[in-house]
Amino acid sequence: MPAPIIKVDAISKSFGTFKVLDGLSMQVMPGEKLALIGPSGSGKTTILRILMTLEKIDGGHIQVDGEQLYHMERNGQLLPADERHLARMRQKIGMVFQLFNLFPHKCVMDNVTLAPMLTKGVARAAAEKRAMELLDMVGLADKAKAMPAQLSGGQKQRVAIARALALSPKIMLFDEVTSALDPELVEEVLNVMRKLAAETDMTMLLVTHEMGFAHDFADRVLFFDRGRIVEEGKPDEIFRHPKQERTQSFLKKIIAAGHRV
Amino acid sequence: MSRLPRTTANDRKSYTQMTQWSGYLGLILQGALVTIELTLMGSVLALIMAFLAGMGRVSRFFVVRAIATAYIEFFRGTSIFVQLFWAYFVLPFAGLSLTPLQAGVLALGLNVGAYAAEVVRGAILSVGREQYEACTALNLGRWQGMRHVILPQALLVMLPTFGNNAIELLKATSVVSLISLADLTFQAQVVRSQTGSTLMPFLSVLIIYFALALIISWGVRTLERRMARGLDGVRI
Ligand SMILES: Nc1ncnc2c1ncn2[C@@H]1O[C@H](COP(=O)(O)OP(=O)(O)OP(=O)(O)O)[C@@H](O)[C@H]1O
Ligand SMILES: [Mg+2]
Repeated sequence: MPAPIIKVDAISKSFGTFKVLDGLSMQVMPGEKLALIGPSGSGKTTILRILMTLEKIDGGHIQVDGEQLYHMERNGQLLPADERHLARMRQKIGMVFQLFNLFPHKCVMDNVTLAPMLTKGVARAAAEKRAMELLDMVGLADKAKAMPAQLSGGQKQRVAIARALALSPKIMLFDEVTSALDPELVEEVLNVMRKLAAETDMTMLLVTHEMGFAHDFADRVLFFDRGRIVEEGKPDEIFRHPKQERTQSFLKKIIAAGHRV
Repeated sequence: MSRLPRTTANDRKSYTQMTQWSGYLGLILQGALVTIELTLMGSVLALIMAFLAGMGRVSRFFVVRAIATAYIEFFRGTSIFVQLFWAYFVLPFAGLSLTPLQAGVLALGLNVGAYAAEVVRGAILSVGREQYEACTALNLGRWQGMRHVILPQALLVMLPTFGNNAIELLKATSVVSLISLADLTFQAQVVRSQTGSTLMPFLSVLIIYFALALIISWGVRTLERRMARGLDGVRI
């Protein structure tokens, strides 16, 4: 059995006096597609942001791809990670944000090629060739020269996905990537995600309120509540036969709100 | 019998007056050139100082922040007259003799640079947190993110205020007349004392300062339009 690619071990995180994550532990296998669901404020975004090093942890350990994320091993001792260590670890991880976070002053092509050229020293020609392949994959090859402001929300999000993929991360984090979109644009983004799941062996962590999509997409579903994983299992187990009362009431609310499961 | 037209004493007087006026106007235009030179060179120095100090203000190193803050507070808190006098009259005692032009550029650049540094700082901070986070997620280094993502967006925010700063600098150039640098204001006073006329020299400098300020406004606006292109969805 292969080793987990992500090992979260009893991490805690507070904002001020508010404890968002409380001794959270979880493991993710290489290539696994994971859906994180749960009520608002349960810490789903926070755990993704912590994995992307956008947020520090107060306690605990995280291992990514066999190495400590927030610590460096030096002479058998664990020291806090420095910027160089973090930069090396970030190469393994990519993230797509709810609000796309494209660079508004750069055209689609430059959005995608900037990081590979700067962080990996890829030559422009090679970076652009790869970018065209990725844009083609997300169905936006004809928008390479467009500025972000000229794109619809769904198109922006697909560019953001291509931009993250351009760095070839082993792990991709998706934080509610369709929840800022008009309903008719959701499907085009979900289709790209389906394609990614089918065609790559990337490990994917997905925070979503699209329960139907989570059901079809995920190998495993984690139900978060108040900074802890209350229940986890195969999509069918979680969505059809939730064991925990909190999971049941959450799903009931979601269905009442009109979401398909 | 036709009479030759005879030049009258009156005609002669107005003729010499006219050549004199054009000579005096030449003096004033020479002054205008000095003023333009000071404005351009001062602006370049101010721009450099603004970016150094403005970015220093948001540095993660305390010492850098402290130096930048000290520079900004000092040059905003003391008058440009005093700064110019120091540059011209006091620095020589420290073994550094500057020409009036150098002293003028130094004082103007450092003074206006201190104000513009706050503009740079504010503009950098105005770029949304999500842009910084996108940089981190794409593994850009701090400087790479600053250079390729944050500053280009911040520049657009800075530009209009930079235009004001440049006009302030243009107007402040007149202080150099106090160290006998023959700028626009200095020449206007020369012409006034030589001709006894007040209206002509002061009206011309009024118009010239105003025209220069208009050119700066127009230039900055053009630059702004150009840089904003594409950001609002307009085809480039
Ligand atoms: N920077 C911050 N400062 C203070 N509180 C924060 C910060 N970021 C998150 N929080 C709080 O932490 C809690 C968990 O936030 P998080 O964004 O992880 O929840 P979530 O599960 O993603 O919720 P949602 O479904 O609404 O996105 C929330 O109560 C939130 O208000
Ligand atoms: Mg969230």
